[in-house]
Amino acid sequence: MTLLIQYTLMFASVLMLVALGGCFAERSGVINIGLEGIMVFGALGGALAMKYLPEGTPVVIIILVPIIAAMAVGILYSLLLAVAAINFKADQTLVGTAMNLLGTAAATVIVKAINTAESVDNVSSIVKYISAKKAFIVNIGGFEYNWFMLLAVLLLIASYVLLNKTRFGLRLQACGEHPQAADSVGINVYKMRYAGVMISGLLGGIGGLVYITAGASEWQFENGVAGFGFLALAVMIFGQWKPLRIALAALLFGLFRSLSNVYTGFDFFMGLNLPSNVYNMMPYIISLVVLMLTSKHSRAPKAEGIPYDKSTR
Amino acid sequence: MKAKRTPILKNPGVQTLLASLLCIVLGLVAGYLVLLVINPAGAAEAITMIMKNYLKFTRQSTLLKNMGYTLTKTVPLLMCSLSVLFAYKVGLFNIGAAGQYVAGAGAALYCALGLHMPWYVCFIVAIIAGAMLGIISGALKAYFNVNEVISCIMLNWIMLYSVNMLLTPFAPAGMPETETLKKVNPGAILPSLGMSDVFGKTNYVTIALPLAVAVAIGVWVLLTKTKLGYELRATGLNKHAAKYSGMREKGNLMLAMAISGALAGAGAAMYYLTDYQQWGVTQSAVPGMGFNGIAAAFLGGLHPIGAIFSSYFIEHISGGGTFVDKTMYCAEISDLISAVIIYLCGFVLFFRGTMTKLIDRFAENRLAKAAAKAAVTESKEGENK
Repeated sequence: MTLLIQYTLMFASVLMLVALGGCFAERSGVINIGLEGIMVFGALGGALAMKYLPEGTPVVIIILVPIIAAMAVGILYSLLLAVAAINFKADQTLVGTAMNLLGTAAATVIVKAINTAESVDNVSSIVKYISAKKAFIVNIGGFEYNWFMLLAVLLLIASYVLLNKTRFGLRLQACGEHPQAADSVGINVYKMRYAGVMISGLLGGIGGLVYITAGASEWQFENGVAGFGFLALAVMIFGQWKPLRIALAALLFGLFRSLSNVYTGFDFFMGLNLPSNVYNMMPYIISLVVLMLTSKHSRAPKAEGIPYDKSTR
Repeated sequence: MKAKRTPILKNPGVQTLLASLLCIVLGLVAGYLVLLVINPAGAAEAITMIMKNYLKFTRQSTLLKNMGYTLTKTVPLLMCSLSVLFAYKVGLFNIGAAGQYVAGAGAALYCALGLHMPWYVCFIVAIIAGAMLGIISGALKAYFNVNEVISCIMLNWIMLYSVNMLLTPFAPAGMPETETLKKVNPGAILPSLGMSDVFGKTNYVTIALPLAVAVAIGVWVLLTKTKLGYELRATGLNKHAAKYSGMREKGNLMLAMAISGALAGAGAAMYYLTDYQQWGVTQSAVPGMGFNGIAAAFLGGLHPIGAIFSSYFIEHISGGGTFVDKTMYCAEISDLISAVIIYLCGFVLFFRGTMTKLIDRFAENRLAKAAAKAAVTESKEGENK
């Protein structure tokens, strides 16, 4: 049971962070399908930071440096979307898809290049960070408390306040609903959308780092992040683009996702005798059903996906 | 007076072609730069390897054999890109080609390995499976307002795990891949009609190759020359207008997704029924074929005939990636190049806009110069009087 709670909280943290990232981008008017790629790059930044931190570094630094690296790399990678979608009015779904493909391909190339440079025989795409990962975890009576859970809660509160209680957040939302009106009262729509996409890069990057450190202490980058970026998009829609609802949706999805990892520990689920593939499918089936029931009254930002053109004002 | 000729560079087809070529060149340059960063010593050789692929072999039989491999892999990619571009012309972004492809593969292999059906049955069942999945996404959009991109993404993963589950019994115990068709049911392999002899007895080049090209032409005819194609495109451009003019916009939407899904499903059958590759029952990522189909569709300028060339090109460089020196680089470098190319395809509209603007400015300058010249001569004439 503790294992189930532990996994649920970990997966929920990942999904929530990434979904919040998607929420900021979409609220500013840019659809971010590329979250999966952003996660991979954030994970890569964090993993390499953990790998190269010398042993004996103070714990605080071991925790902070990978997080900052993941955020920074995530933001940099999200700029690919921002430039294409905001300045060049590119098709956002196409660019997002390209970013997902590029994320996994580029991360694999980079890791393999590093590994091969270290030893010619090593052609794997695995980054190991065993010692650094220990710093993130505090064991409380069998329950592995992870500092990322606290970080996720803090970022949730920050996101809620930023989006709903500050001038910046309200302006950001205006750009996603009616950019022409926002522009007419002197808000720079392009700048706001850049901010939205970059925040999504920041949160997506951390999400990627949290994901790869959730279970393992090494990561094979050929696998990317196994569709978590897409699942986060479903969480975002289920949460109706509102931070607190996103958090609840993430908990629900995290629960179902973690079942596929730990169902063997429950007599009840073992009794059902279902193949593990069924548990893997579960979150996706549920999100599809939920979308079916909720999409009629979707509260999606009105101007999302439409490049802003000043001349159409 | 002579009719005004539009300059050739203003022709949208020519502009798209030039833009695609520019994307390819920039993509290759990006790949070369990455290779240089990794290890400058072999970068030039590696990038030539990627571009040459099977052309590096001097013996004709080996060359033809490897060419056969590349063509075998081009077929499913072409079908997936047709699937994506067909949906795109109808205003839908079919990111679910990947899932429809998986459904087709599962159906074809289940019929072949489990039910021991002949190839044509497997083929038809695969088409139906892809179409059904397409209809689900279409219906979700038409009746429940679910964005097709999101529903397709979810269905991709659902299909991956379902097909893994469906095909697990056909993998030999402890093996990650299904049994070969040759061993279990040779009747399910697509007929080759002597083509495999041309390609150095590859055995994998089948009727799928000419069939895929024929389908590409068929899609072009359907979209541009038929009433159905016109209605589908009209629905894509403005569904309210289509409804107003008496078209069944919901039916059209589902039909478009069904055709799109059928194309992807057929593509899977045309690949897995050659026995070139078996299904890995433990794979944890959706096969990239459908996503690469998006790349091929956009690189081909969203034109079915363009898709033939762009699909071939993408498979050509990804085949070339397997020949790079593995002590320095890895094969994924070609995935990276294709990803960069798709990313750049997002800028095609911008390229074309810039091109038109430059031509206009050039023409304007010339007119202005001519006018200035005329004015000067006129004023001189005036002085002379």
